[in-house]
Amino acid sequence: MNTLISIEGVSRRFGDVTALDSVSLDIRQGEFFALLGPSGCGKTTLLRILAGFEEPDAGSVRLDGADLLAVPAHRRPVNLMFQSYALFPHMSVEKNVAYGLEREKLPRQEIRRRVSEVLETVGLAAHARRRPHQLSGGQRQRVALARAIVKRPRLLLLDEPLSALDKKVRAEMQLELKRLQHDVGITFVVVTHDQEEAMSLADRIAVMQGGRVEQIDAPVALYDRPRTPFVADFIGANNLFAGTVSGGGLEVSGLGVLPAPTAGLPEGAQALLAVRPERVRLGQGTLTGTVVDVSFYGGVSHVALSVPGHGGHVLVATQGPARVETGTEIELGWDAADGVVIAADDAAVENGAPV
Amino acid sequence: MTPSPAGRRAAARVATLGPGFAFLTVFLLVPLALVLSYTVFRRGRFGGIVYEPTGENFARLADPLYLDVVLGSVRLAAVTTLLALLLGYPTAYMIARLPGRWKAIALVAVVLPFWTNFLIRTYAWIVLLNSQGPVNSGLEALGLGPVELLYTDGAIVAGLLYAYLPLMILPLYSAIERLDPQLREASANLGARPARTFWSVTLPLSLPGVLTGCVFVFVPSLGNFVIPELLGGGRRIMVGNLIRDQFLKARDWPFGSVLALAVIAVLVLLLFAQAWAGRRAGRNG
Ligand SMILES: Nc1ncnc2c1ncn2[C@@H]1O[C@H](COP(=O)(O)OP(=O)(O)O)[C@@H](O)[C@H]1O
Ligand SMILES: [Mg+2]
Repeated sequence: MNTLISIEGVSRRFGDVTALDSVSLDIRQGEFFALLGPSGCGKTTLLRILAGFEEPDAGSVRLDGADLLAVPAHRRPVNLMFQSYALFPHMSVEKNVAYGLEREKLPRQEIRRRVSEVLETVGLAAHARRRPHQLSGGQRQRVALARAIVKRPRLLLLDEPLSALDKKVRAEMQLELKRLQHDVGITFVVVTHDQEEAMSLADRIAVMQGGRVEQIDAPVALYDRPRTPFVADFIGANNLFAGTVSGGGLEVSGLGVLPAPTAGLPEGAQALLAVRPERVRLGQGTLTGTVVDVSFYGGVSHVALSVPGHGGHVLVATQGPARVETGTEIELGWDAADGVVIAADDAAVENGAPV
Repeated sequence: MTPSPAGRRAAARVATLGPGFAFLTVFLLVPLALVLSYTVFRRGRFGGIVYEPTGENFARLADPLYLDVVLGSVRLAAVTTLLALLLGYPTAYMIARLPGRWKAIALVAVVLPFWTNFLIRTYAWIVLLNSQGPVNSGLEALGLGPVELLYTDGAIVAGLLYAYLPLMILPLYSAIERLDPQLREASANLGARPARTFWSVTLPLSLPGVLTGCVFVFVPSLGNFVIPELLGGGRRIMVGNLIRDQFLKARDWPFGSVLALAVIAVLVLLLFAQAWAGRRAGRNG
């Protein structure tokens, strides 16, 4: 796929807050891209730079190879769906949606046709004459979406589009967004702090933290092969052990040598081992722990164990009901190949092979 | 018998609101009712009222002499209001977009003239505008003067404008300041140039402030009689002057009351229009 947007070394500071710290990433034509990270990590700032409301202190942004930063906001083929929707309160739904097309000086006939089409698509045809304040949160959100996509931009930016909705509506809207993106074929960049949302929606995800991009990967790769300690901790549940490479495993103080895919790393190197709860087996292994909590979630059970010498609890996920009881002492362990080792220099080593 | 809770609440309400109501009743409603009642009686020979019903006070209002004064005053007040809006809007807009600390400083600068005496400020204009004043000296130096500036309608408008401009700027400022800056960004994002954003988004959404500012400037401009006298030199009579003269000089209380009633009617009409438009705009928010 072709690169649509190419962001290189973009930095932005506000006083002594570094909102973006040398961010580089490429967004491909037609993909559903997610910016994922905790609140305050710079996601909105990056979107605002793409939309032209904010200028980077350093770095470049290119669209189809041409400098995008030189183009004023109102001429960019980029539309933004605001986190707060920013609907014009003094205009009806259809006027809001038509606003962008009127700026293109399109024939009235065509404007009317495209507005009613897009309102049909988002299921608001019956509400065309209403004002924003007469709509529910979910309906407003769809007006904001319709207003942005009706312009058929090269790039659609969505800032936490679903955060104001309750859980059930959110799940529905996620499906709708995905279907819509497929239908209209516009490149989507969605900002979210909800990893499940990013995982279920996006083709690729950039995980951000403190103004930096930690890792860019497809959801499955992000889950299976985190490359930084932050990603290992942020995406899904993980058991993390810090130690040094030693004798084909990772030596963790207080726990001994744990099974880990350390081939390719020099003896004595500092590294972090991440093991997913579903990879930990109960009943046999290198560690011994005491069961402190068992919870059953229908399909899976979560078991928390306290292991002497380890700070937090070790989490284990098993299929079906767990056959252990709180208070019992039990062995646990995993295959070396099931762990992911993240070297202290942040380069990941997975399944024993250097990347 | 102990009073019921509702009774006690009512008593508390009377205790808190009572003094205010009493004050308004004695010093506003009663005089207003008196003035209104004067309109239908004959004038006394040396002022006061003769209680014989008559309609001729209202008939005199249609006299071109007085009608001209009323319409002329409305025109001057309207011109003043329009100029205040044209000058005040950009000022309010700039202040609303200043960084936080500068906003406060600019707002203080706007209300600063209110802290000096109204008459002194108006006399300053006489000094400025008279035939030997600095403005005319400047014009003369440029070979353009002297021009008669003082004792013209222009001088009255300048004085009214100077006196009431802050009353335009403040409500405009608060209306513009309240606007969500993201609405402007959304407009740009949808392809609107800055000028289009102003006409289609900023201005319509600040309309309640525009209306409030216009009423705040128009109302005192219409009723003012000091500025027309000092800066208009008595050549231009405004309704305010006329009303005062009817009561204090001509001693024609009934006709003075009719004129006062006419002004009040215009103002009430304006306030209704403003409330109506404000509610319409408010429903948008
Ligand atoms: N206009 C601004 N002025 C000052 N600080 C800002 C501004 N915009 C963003 N920031 C700061 O930059 C950081 C990143 O903000 P933002 O991009 O909004 O994060 P996110 O959208 O990921 O929550 C935050 O610490 C925020 O406080
Ligand atoms: Mg944000």
